[in-house]
Amino acid sequence: MSPETTVLASLNAGLRAALAADERVIVLGEDVLDPYGGAFKVTRGLSTQFPDRVLTTPISEAGIVAVATGLALRGFRPVVEIMFGDFLFLAGDQIVNHAAKYRAMFNDQVRVPLVIRTPAGGRRGYGPTHSQSLEKHFLGVPGLWVVAPHPLLDPGELLRQAIVDVDDPVLFVENKIGYGEPLRRGLPDYDVVRIVDATSPFPTVWLKPRAAPDGLLLCYGGMTPLSLDAARILREREQLNLGLVVVSQLAPTPSTHLEAVLREVAPSAIVTVEEAPAEGGWGAEMIATIEHIRDARRLGAIVYRRVGAKNAPIPSARALEHEALPQVDDIVAAVLDCF
Amino acid sequence: MMPATDTRLTVTDRASSLAEHYRVAFGIRSCERLLLDQFTLGRIGGTTHTCIGQEVAAVAVTAALDRTRDCVFSNHRGHGHFLAYCGEVFPLLAEIFGRPDGVCGGHGGSQHLHWRNFYSNGVQGGTVGNAVGVALAEKTKRSGAVTCAWLGDGTFGEGLVYEAMNIASLWRLPIVFAIEANGIAQTTPTGLQLAGSLAARCTAFDIPVEEVSGTDFAEALAAATRAVDATRAEQRPHALVSHAIRLGPHSKGDDTRDAAVLHAAWANDPVAALRRKVGAATDAIDRDIARLMQDALARAEKTDP
Repeated sequence: MSPETTVLASLNAGLRAALAADERVIVLGEDVLDPYGGAFKVTRGLSTQFPDRVLTTPISEAGIVAVATGLALRGFRPVVEIMFGDFLFLAGDQIVNHAAKYRAMFNDQVRVPLVIRTPAGGRRGYGPTHSQSLEKHFLGVPGLWVVAPHPLLDPGELLRQAIVDVDDPVLFVENKIGYGEPLRRGLPDYDVVRIVDATSPFPTVWLKPRAAPDGLLLCYGGMTPLSLDAARILREREQLNLGLVVVSQLAPTPSTHLEAVLREVAPSAIVTVEEAPAEGGWGAEMIATIEHIRDARRLGAIVYRRVGAKNAPIPSARALEHEALPQVDDIVAAVLDCF
Repeated sequence: MMPATDTRLTVTDRASSLAEHYRVAFGIRSCERLLLDQFTLGRIGGTTHTCIGQEVAAVAVTAALDRTRDCVFSNHRGHGHFLAYCGEVFPLLAEIFGRPDGVCGGHGGSQHLHWRNFYSNGVQGGTVGNAVGVALAEKTKRSGAVTCAWLGDGTFGEGLVYEAMNIASLWRLPIVFAIEANGIAQTTPTGLQLAGSLAARCTAFDIPVEEVSGTDFAEALAAATRAVDATRAEQRPHALVSHAIRLGPHSKGDDTRDAAVLHAAWANDPVAALRRKVGAATDAIDRDIARLMQDALARAEKTDP
């Protein structure tokens, strides 16, 4: 893959690789056929190459996920595209009460290897119903993996892993403006450590600063480039060394990955960064998990801050949207507030 | 310990005799009564939905299927569908008793059953979409299987039913929508919850539909056979509506219907009608079923799993 490869190209390649590797992989979604290739072009070219296994559907989010769940129960490995993450709730009952439950309530006699891909996030002026990051509402659902790619790892490989290696339903949350991001290969300011284990198979990228870190930024998905920028600003302007912990597995909480990080460093401040409102969110879950680890290991006190969107619907007007969503400056301010 | 076969109903197919079909229908009826009794006695917890009055459709539709390959997706009121499919009385009772030797180890309970190609779930409408996916899977595999999706008239309030019917017809999937128009959704009569007609909703999706009384076994089996055969041959969905009234409660002791209405419905009890058709042989069948239920209950109550 060339250094110029974007998140979008990587995802497209990952999907293509999964289709090529396994005839049980079937892609379903609205407007996924060529020449359109999906609203965000992740499926571009696939219906031409695999016409029998890339199916365009009616506008029926619940129906698509329901059909895919039936396919998965009978031996296929379906991949559903939900055009906007905002529409996940249309399929919410299927995700929570059907796909995620069958394995457990049928006493492990069935598996549901289903991937639901969807773009989340704002910053494109799409307004209150096409800009949200709703994945926090799907965290903590028993039987459901929630995974988010980012440009510090190969998003296509992460998607291939979700489709091919995992036999349970995966909600795979992409980021709309993140599609255009180039993959970040060289990060000279950090030691790049990849953390992965059997209980949490989706990797965490741990960016360890050369000097002992003053604090940590925890983030995922679309907030990764903004967190990198904030860390750079803090280093250059404030001489603060921040490590970044970029998770790709949002649920179940990758607590073993956090343990691995806290074995190496003892931060006095941790800031969680998410694009959704922080209330009732991913960051709160991360902080609670870290506090368990800190308590068990009798580590020193940590000051926490959460960065997220305003707790309000996301406005359409670009200036208003900018105010509502978390920006680099908000991350910088939250870190400085810890010290 | 008694062998497991002692608590299994012998399931029927198209070639079975009327007496054999009656045995399954009366077996379902007896199992449902047993469950209601056990709930009343406080011996089992949670909830249950029995299908008393609707047994004929369960037996007829399932007998028309090819159990070696066809798939069944049932709903919250699925004991009859389950027993008609596999006859496994003890694993069903054990499941509802919450025992590890239940069909799903006690994890599923009354509404969440799985046995070979049989699946059920307790949320209205959701299973209809899953069944369409199963039909797509089997068509893609070229297995020749037909999928049967059970749904009630109350379920027609759920939007997913229409998403599922649209996809099934659009993609010409081999699925039979087995619709039980039992006249009541929990405590709400159909007249308070359904506009227009069920059949018209099917035909709107270009899904051929046939309606039966649900009280005449021979009529039900003939219609089910036509629906299953046409679905398999034409590789497209068909629908069958059975109008048998639910004679028992929605769940447990929650029947708010007028006594006179229920009395009139019981006068048309489909299992009693089938019993009259079979004639003298039913006495021995009834005794045999009573013994089978006693054995199954004894195992569920006494045997250490």
